[in-house]
Amino acid sequence: MASKFLLVAQREYLTRVRKRAFVVLTLLVPFIIAGFGVLVGKLATSDESAEIVDVRDTSGLGIAARLTQLSTPQLQFLPVAGSLPEAKQNFQKDKHAGLLYLPAGLDVQNPEGVQFFGKGNISLGKETRVQKALNEAFAELKMQRSGLTQTQLDQLRAKVPLSSVSLDEAGKEKDSNSGVTTGIASVLAILIYFFIFLYGVQIMRGVGEEKSSRVMEVMLSSVKPFDLMMGKIVGIAAVGLTQFLLWGLLSWGASAVVVPLVMKDEIAKAKTEVAAPNAKASPATVADQAAASAERMNPAKRANVISGAFEQAGKLNIPIWTIVFGFIAYFLGGYLLYGALFGAVGAAVDDQTDTQQFMFPITMPLILSYVVGFSVILRNPDGPVAFWMSMIPFTSPVAMVIRLPFGVPAWQLGLSITLLIMGFVGTVWVASRIYRVGILMYGKKVTYKELSKWMFYKG
Amino acid sequence: MPQSSISRPILEARDVRKQYAAHTALDGVSLAVPEQSIFGLLGPNGAGKTSLIRIITQITGADSGEILFKGERLNPSHIGQIGYLPEERGLYKKMKVGEQLIYLAQLRGLSRPDALARIKKWLERFDIKAWAEKNVEDLSKGMQQKVQFIATVLHEPQLIILDEPFSGFDPINANLIKDEILRLKQEGAAIIFSTHRMESVEEMCDSIALINRSRKVLDGPVTAIRNQFKNNTYEVEGQGRLLVVHPDFEVVEQRERENDHFYARIQLHAGTRPNDLLRFLIGQVQVHSFREQIPSINEIFIRRVRETMPETLNETANALL
Repeated sequence: MASKFLLVAQREYLTRVRKRAFVVLTLLVPFIIAGFGVLVGKLATSDESAEIVDVRDTSGLGIAARLTQLSTPQLQFLPVAGSLPEAKQNFQKDKHAGLLYLPAGLDVQNPEGVQFFGKGNISLGKETRVQKALNEAFAELKMQRSGLTQTQLDQLRAKVPLSSVSLDEAGKEKDSNSGVTTGIASVLAILIYFFIFLYGVQIMRGVGEEKSSRVMEVMLSSVKPFDLMMGKIVGIAAVGLTQFLLWGLLSWGASAVVVPLVMKDEIAKAKTEVAAPNAKASPATVADQAAASAERMNPAKRANVISGAFEQAGKLNIPIWTIVFGFIAYFLGGYLLYGALFGAVGAAVDDQTDTQQFMFPITMPLILSYVVGFSVILRNPDGPVAFWMSMIPFTSPVAMVIRLPFGVPAWQLGLSITLLIMGFVGTVWVASRIYRVGILMYGKKVTYKELSKWMFYKG
Repeated sequence: MPQSSISRPILEARDVRKQYAAHTALDGVSLAVPEQSIFGLLGPNGAGKTSLIRIITQITGADSGEILFKGERLNPSHIGQIGYLPEERGLYKKMKVGEQLIYLAQLRGLSRPDALARIKKWLERFDIKAWAEKNVEDLSKGMQQKVQFIATVLHEPQLIILDEPFSGFDPINANLIKDEILRLKQEGAAIIFSTHRMESVEEMCDSIALINRSRKVLDGPVTAIRNQFKNNTYEVEGQGRLLVVHPDFEVVEQRERENDHFYARIQLHAGTRPNDLLRFLIGQVQVHSFREQIPSINEIFIRRVRETMPETLNETANALL
């Protein structure tokens, strides 16, 4: 009775979409996401403004000058004059990141007594960066003393741009961008994981409600248990897709409106810095950074970046269509597989608090695939762990989508999807049996032994 | 057992068996529900009534035996012609009354416009029209029951199964429902009443089946059954001193009341007619009332169980009380 199945799905969809909680959550989450965007943006821009380290060089070795040359966009060295106590006071007054003190009579071969003063605790990252610049300055000094000219030194100084190239099976070269690939893999896996969890639990709750309100018997006299279960699963899937779609659209819209509004100071500042570069240590670099960050805040440009990413992905070795097709297959397959199990748990227990013991074995493989996916599979997408986890139907929805952007052999994809379909049919069968018996079973503490018996009850 | 000969049965069960893991719920039950009649499915708790109903409503299937609906083997196409009010009442709590009724009616095959028109009519009849837009959880229990009753009959089923229909209703609403049931019968529906409180439906039922311990113990038209079980006993009330020493009749019970009144039950021996007793009485006392004692279904049931399965009597009797 397809029409009854549709009626059930329709009811599940409409009653949920009309709930106040749905509307509130759908409207609220995009703003939270946009808020995060603003927060991250703020942090990013504040991090990007260069840290200035004062250098009080009394060694007479010209270290301060070399350090100034070695300044990076993140770390700028500023030679200062005066006594040490004065310098200590000044860097704090100027809100600079620290003070590097080089004592008089410093031995180039054995430079002891160099001190770095910072406000409060000095972070490891800051110390490492200062240390690196200092080492480089001393190395240059030594090289010069050993007879190299300044010109030769300038030539020696090199920044090597590194571009990664990936080979596909045919040996064809393509640009590789592990950042983009990892990003796509993570986003897809997170989407599937959260979708299954959020809406799987809703299935369970829905069945539990029907059971506890005792409406089940009336329903069953009109609808087959299988139609009732599948109608619920499909209806809730539609709710989830609606919500995800609205979140996507609203987040985009919210960040288009909210971000420029909240970030307008940063953007304006960046623009003036671009327009009127002042005489800072290395004004060009700072301005470039600011311009870049301003550009990142611009939603129109950002949209271009996204569509550009797709274009780029084509150029990169990323199998776009395999990803799209694979994502849909694993998204649906995984949701249906887990949805049926969540439905069965809802049917098996009387009380929502009893669900825990049955929830655990269901959520375990899902959480496992998520954790292992991000720790192992993402680093080694072709390893044995990745292979086996992308074959087992319970873990493949998350494990395989992580592998997809890195390229998966066709036979593995085919086998995995076949197994997923078999797994899905199997779990739906098992779940519908448990469901059919469980929904009319009241006041009984259900055990696993009991559940296994239910599977073989006759109609 | 004599079957009803009023009309052909709308529903017939033949040798239905249902076994659950540990116990037998139905052990070869056969019965026939006549068209346009009220049929009482009676028996103590746990006798198998609900199991049988769940088979008729196609929630579960029988292990063996068959169910015929209007002569056809029961199948999903009959769902729209059957209405079911389960003993455990329940509706979607967070759904509006009107929407819920539409949904349930649609599941039973009614079109949306038809459902709307009939809902309007029923809500007016039960005087709960103002509640159509309210969530079910905001309704009182009695009102929820009314809504559920409407849901049961909205698609105008030809067979209506009511499991303990009066539980949860106050006397006024119980009467309202009773009138509706009688009206539904008048309009052509057959109604199966399932209850363990036999006295509550005895007066309404045209025929009954008694079920005990998974087996049918007795069935047939109510009047026929009661006549079959009467045993020539007469109730007498009157004034005077009653002293019966007579070869043709025997006092079963005799109670003295104030002002020289009495109550007695007197059984006639075979071949003796009631007028013989009356004549004997008139010569002795002042007779105020004289009528044949017709056993209640409850009494018949207990007697029947005693005859068939003496060892289960106490248990059953306890369940009935």
